[in-house]
Amino acid sequence: MTGEELLAAAEKEQAARRQAKYCVAVCAAAGCHSLGSTSIREIFQKAVNEAGLGEQILLYGTGCLGLCHAGPLVEIQRYREDSWERWLYHHVNEGMVAEIVRHHLGGDQPLAQFLYPLDDPFFRSQYKIVLENAGRINPERLEDYIGADGYSALWKAVSEMTPMDVVREVTQSGLRGRGGGGYPTGLKWSTVAKSKGSRKFVVCNADEGDPGAFMDRSILEGDPHRILEGMALAAYAIGAEQGYIYVRGEYPMAISRLKTAIRQAEKVQLLGNRILESAFNFRVDLRIGAGAFVCGEETALIGSIEGNRGTPRPRPPFPAEKGLWDMPTLINNVETFANVPAIVRNGGQWFSRIGTEKSKGTKVFALAGKIVHTGLIEVPMGISLRQVIFDIGGGIPDGKQFKAAQTGGPSGGCIPLPHLDLPIDYESLIKVGSMMGSGGLIVMDETSCMVDVARFFMQFCMDESCGKCVPCRAGTAQIYRILEKISSGTASLHDLELMEELCDLLKHTSLCGLGQTAPNPVVSTLRYFREEYLAHIEQKTCPAGVCRMGAPDAACGSAEPVQEKENCL
Amino acid sequence: MSVKTLMINGQMVSASEDQTLLDVLRENGIELPTLCHLDGLTPIGACRLCLVELAGSNKLHPACMTRITEGMEVTTHSERLVKYRRMILELLFAERNHFCSICVINGQCDLQQMGYDVGMDHVRFEYQCPAVEVDASHERFIMDHNRCVLCTRCVRVCHEMEGAHTRDVMGRGGSSRIITDLNQLWGKSGSCTGCGKCVQVCPTGALFEKGRSAAEVVKQRDFLVYIKTAREKHLWIQ
Amino acid sequence: MDSIMGTETPGNANHRARPRIATLWLGGCAGCHMSFLDMDERLMDLAPRISLVYGPLVDRKEFPDQVDVVLVEGAVANEDNLHHLQEARKKSRLLVAFGDCAVTGNVTSMRNTQSSAGVVMDRSFVENASLHPGVPRSGGILPRLLDRVIPVHQAVPVDLFLPGCPPSADLIFYLISELLEGRSPDLSDKLKYG
Repeated sequence: MTGEELLAAAEKEQAARRQAKYCVAVCAAAGCHSLGSTSIREIFQKAVNEAGLGEQILLYGTGCLGLCHAGPLVEIQRYREDSWERWLYHHVNEGMVAEIVRHHLGGDQPLAQFLYPLDDPFFRSQYKIVLENAGRINPERLEDYIGADGYSALWKAVSEMTPMDVVREVTQSGLRGRGGGGYPTGLKWSTVAKSKGSRKFVVCNADEGDPGAFMDRSILEGDPHRILEGMALAAYAIGAEQGYIYVRGEYPMAISRLKTAIRQAEKVQLLGNRILESAFNFRVDLRIGAGAFVCGEETALIGSIEGNRGTPRPRPPFPAEKGLWDMPTLINNVETFANVPAIVRNGGQWFSRIGTEKSKGTKVFALAGKIVHTGLIEVPMGISLRQVIFDIGGGIPDGKQFKAAQTGGPSGGCIPLPHLDLPIDYESLIKVGSMMGSGGLIVMDETSCMVDVARFFMQFCMDESCGKCVPCRAGTAQIYRILEKISSGTASLHDLELMEELCDLLKHTSLCGLGQTAPNPVVSTLRYFREEYLAHIEQKTCPAGVCRMGAPDAACGSAEPVQEKENCL
Repeated sequence: MSVKTLMINGQMVSASEDQTLLDVLRENGIELPTLCHLDGLTPIGACRLCLVELAGSNKLHPACMTRITEGMEVTTHSERLVKYRRMILELLFAERNHFCSICVINGQCDLQQMGYDVGMDHVRFEYQCPAVEVDASHERFIMDHNRCVLCTRCVRVCHEMEGAHTRDVMGRGGSSRIITDLNQLWGKSGSCTGCGKCVQVCPTGALFEKGRSAAEVVKQRDFLVYIKTAREKHLWIQ
Repeated sequence: MDSIMGTETPGNANHRARPRIATLWLGGCAGCHMSFLDMDERLMDLAPRISLVYGPLVDRKEFPDQVDVVLVEGAVANEDNLHHLQEARKKSRLLVAFGDCAVTGNVTSMRNTQSSAGVVMDRSFVENASLHPGVPRSGGILPRLLDRVIPVHQAVPVDLFLPGCPPSADLIFYLISELLEGRSPDLSDKLKYG
């Protein structure tokens, strides 16, 4: 494919969409899929065909529409007088399909009773860059992506820009790593670009493993070509010819869509040799993770791709200098790569106008827990947590009181009520003892026990510790044990003291980020909810009524009588 | 090879740039406890006992894997480092089942010695007492997982020195185990050459020769450096 | 650390002049007590300076009040152990975890890899019995086992730790002498496990 052919293909696709009577996008993301959206789509197709509308209706599966709690979702679009009209049907079932086809698609009469208002704050307060194609494209069709200006950034780069131009554009955008750390992406790219090595590699970290997080998954499933394009741009910028996507084995749908996308792109020379007839070569291969959380840590991920046991090693040297097979390697997260095509297409300046002074652009969050609108959202940096939880998220269900929000998963911390007006950016979140993390946002209400929450995350870290370094391997087990004692009302203040010492140890002496951040949920719940811990220890009560007090304490000398046997002396 | 000058605990010290910080410290008589490190094996920085403070860095660095740089300022025994080292040892002693009194290597054990070095008179953590196995299937050696600290010296010596790669690590976190081949009994291993290097490098009584009773084992570790030097200098090719 | 001379303590000054020392034998092999006896002729030096008021070496049923130092041998393995230890802690000013079993659990705690006391009792009295297998259950004959054997400091606060299996007679003598001199014994360069 040449650049001209790419532009022509885009034109053609856009025209087809505009000419269609209606575009019907059925959410095909994992959430809606598990609510039966795949069969809804088939039923839709059948009903459309039966109504004789098959030629005029574009029907396709699409990426996550965001409002996961109201699935299966179907978005209907129509191009009219230079703008798009949109309707969103929620909780779609078989019966509704027939009516929608008859009245809306056939008779141009939208069914108001089934519609979700698109002027709801859930939609109004969002700003979509990474998720811009949700609803617009079928993730399994390359042509759809091309129609949505896909690969135009790559064409722009290879035809008009030098590699350093691309780096400069990304640096100027102010984009920072979306995997959690927030390291400036442009700086990382320019470091790898300047590192010397006979080969270089681009790696996409798609080993999303935080409990309650599904941002990367949604991006991979909903817009796989976007990641490929982002990686290709990175490869062009740093001088790599080989890329790997390290995706976790628990995401079969993402894997299959990525495989499809790679095959499609290779077929038309958007990947492979002489991309878009330029001198730039780039290949992407998938590497499937086997379910270890620690493999999201970059040095462990490298080990795993190399075929070794996925355990971290001390840095320096950093992967930018010595990564895959000791060659300079650029590792970015899925969402980071997903931002890149838009940045190159629209310019770094454009991107840097969104967000706050130090945190640019948008952030995708997965809302979970005690919140009305569980789902996937994308918001500009700097928006307040209150807006996210109460406007977009719709607040706490059942009239309960908000208690805390956990960001950053097992590496993050909880943010209590007094900090709700905090702007969401890297620095503010760290200041209150949490972190941006990859975008999981778990909301807790008055019925959540913070000791129990800390215990849950500590168990997660204990189970996911790779076992290489002592503080993480043995320390998480000891902290977990103390949390178990606290939540069963059998701990002493001395135990609490010991636990705090252990938290300090893990933070400062663990080998990798997993161990260093493992104490965060404990430290932050202790910081804001110490009285809850004390209630468990001193009054032996759980204020939220979650923990079962006085459970037999298996590990510490409770005098359980020996069971009497029939065959006694 | 250029020479660098660095400051260790307030003292100026010179060192050649190919040395690790741990080498330099030891050369200058500053002892740090180490478990996973052994001269002759690739360092991995896993036990975290040799962590030191470097001026200008808010992180702690494992001396065994830290390359020296000009003007580096190192602190080896600050209050918190001393505390952390003791805690790490306490964690190790509480993790598996270490009973010095009945152990074959009592008196010669690296782990025990490090406990003394950091002044650990008791362990404040709960003993985890896991039920772990003993593999006595090999003709001459025994692997007692109760005493294993997962330092992976045996894994590395088998891979790097013997070239057999009989040993590796399986599982994760606290359930990590040193395994033989694909988690087979040692006696059934097809790749083990029976060289016994793993037994010699093991810091504790986890690997030992059969027929030894309590406090009867003495391990020989310096052979590694001989082999490594000989290999690097091609001493066996005349 | 307080002096154990106890001269400031009000009460019978003559009696208080000799520090009251007790020993306690919990779940252990009595080896530490043997090592105590291994002080040999040094026991003669100690005899006029201390009052040995309780322990396996003394014919006394109840743990006395106002003990200055108690050396606790053995781990806490059953209800009786726990009871005696708590009693000793209440009535003593200074409690020394005496020997590896007291400090770490040691051999006594090897049964902890089994899930519970019941499993251990079965193993001992049923599985391995060649004659009349059965767990003894008549009350008052055997104290109930705790599910887990714990070192002394996990049951009560401990003032001093003297590891060793057993601690050598020299070390015991050093510890007691230092205490008698009103000094806090420094064991940091004398540690020995096993």
